[in-house]
Amino acid sequence: MAYALQQLINGISLGMIYGLIAVGYTMVYGIIGMINFAHGDIFMISAFIALIAVILLSLGGLMDGPAAILLVLVISMAITALYGWTLERVAYRPLRGSFRLAPLISAIGMSIVLQNYVQVSQGARVKPLEPLVPGGIEVMRDGAFVVQFSYIQMLIIAVTLVVLAVFTILVTRTPLGRAMRACEQDRRMAALLGIDTDRTISLTFVIGASLAAVAGTMYLLRYGVIDFYIGFLAGVKAFTAAVLGGIGSLPGAVLGGLLIGLIETFWSAYFSVQYKDVAAFSILAITLIFLPTGLLGRQEVEKV
Amino acid sequence: MTAPDDRRPRSEGDRRHPRGMILEVAGLTMRFGGLTAVSAVSFAALRGEITAVIGPNGAGKTTLFNCITGFYRPSSGAIRLHRTGELPVDLHGLPGHRIAQAGVARTFQNIRLFPGMTALENLLVAQHNKLMAATGFGIGAVLGLSRYPKAERQAIELARHWLSATHLLDRADDPAGALPYGAQRRLEIARAMCTEPTLLCLDEPAAGLNPRESEELARLLQEIRAQGTSLLLIEHDMGVVMKISDRVVVLDHGKLIADATPAEVRADPKVIAAYLGEGEEDEVEA
Repeated sequence: MAYALQQLINGISLGMIYGLIAVGYTMVYGIIGMINFAHGDIFMISAFIALIAVILLSLGGLMDGPAAILLVLVISMAITALYGWTLERVAYRPLRGSFRLAPLISAIGMSIVLQNYVQVSQGARVKPLEPLVPGGIEVMRDGAFVVQFSYIQMLIIAVTLVVLAVFTILVTRTPLGRAMRACEQDRRMAALLGIDTDRTISLTFVIGASLAAVAGTMYLLRYGVIDFYIGFLAGVKAFTAAVLGGIGSLPGAVLGGLLIGLIETFWSAYFSVQYKDVAAFSILAITLIFLPTGLLGRQEVEKV
Repeated sequence: MTAPDDRRPRSEGDRRHPRGMILEVAGLTMRFGGLTAVSAVSFAALRGEITAVIGPNGAGKTTLFNCITGFYRPSSGAIRLHRTGELPVDLHGLPGHRIAQAGVARTFQNIRLFPGMTALENLLVAQHNKLMAATGFGIGAVLGLSRYPKAERQAIELARHWLSATHLLDRADDPAGALPYGAQRRLEIARAMCTEPTLLCLDEPAAGLNPRESEELARLLQEIRAQGTSLLLIEHDMGVVMKISDRVVVLDHGKLIADATPAEVRADPKVIAAYLGEGEEDEVEA
């Protein structure tokens, strides 16, 4: 029981990270119908930016207290957003109106470019970071087993919820969100109503990248080790989450992320840590076969 | 509205139409590969009037519309929007969203609402630019800044005005895709009007409407004209066209065959021939 509770806590905090990345996939898919395979690497870049920010702040002697962590988060979000914007501008926009596979291939190319860029500029070695937020509270004790709810897990859950709440307001209540949904449903019509669709798409990438930056920063703080390759696995898992939740659906992405996080954690806890990725990707295969529109996805309606 | 926008006539069109034109189409040609859908068409739509474009199926009416609203880039020719007190804008070659910002709105033959959004949201999307300008690109809205609620209130007010003009006020919060057909047609017009256009282009607004709905539509279009928006419409329903149009432009096989008042067009043998599909000789005999 205590063991399961611990897994639940771990699974939710991991699922939140996947959910944040999955939102980026699903938003981009929704608006331009393309899977941005470089999104996982945007997540990886954000973790590196956060690490560099932590190191610079530590050198300046400023790295202490919650304000410093918030500052790291904001720096990472801002710079990663710039990467997201550039990615769209350089690799996807010139291919708009080209055949459907072109931006997809471009995305895979950008993924490789970003990985190698970080590998060359930051080195291939694993980068460790000592825990900035140690400790936690003891939720429950069962014999020798202690259920820990660590501060960093609380931080992940709290930050994610706040970020997702702001994001939800942005999408549902603001003109920008309305424009994004309009572009999603009929981009040319949106343009005819005076919406600058190119700018709306750019902003979608910017928002997706900054959500990935939240995930990247939280990942760094929680796991403390990053390398140039983390984006691949995290990206593919978040993509699985987006598909499971129903690609194109924002609540679906968060739900899918949580489910993937929980499935992976419980699988590791009760079956085999080595095969946890098998579990996650089996979900992808099963979803694609039996539930191609995902849990909350809408049925594709052929436009006539 | 009726005053000419400049003392000095800018083009031949202005001299012919002292009232001032809103839209000038000059030598417009649109080719798709070997097919010439619109061939050297020139006409003018006048300010504050309803201009109808009619013609048999495949005459090039929708292609003409798609050129005016930026869906297609014309092969040659010019489309100019003349706004009061401003230099004319060349619409050909502007990207779609700039055409809308210049003051041209359109509706579609096959309705293109945002089906997943509510009727009200559809109308708010149309006011996007105004709202974005007021909110600092949405950031202000998230932060709850003061200018945003005011702008949003005004936008909702305008939306409500058009919802009530189109008798859709009670359906404001229903998804647009769930509205009945006739209501969707009206909502599309309401949405176009929410962009506050100087020229409204309607592609077969009466298609699929029953006689009572057509009647209401005609009234709505006249109301819109009375509020100072010029209209350009493609229509098959001759009852509606003859009743409300100030001027009728007739296309056949991509060419302009008449540009006159409804009564003149009705009596024009070339127009009758085009619609009945008969040769000129038969027409003379008849």
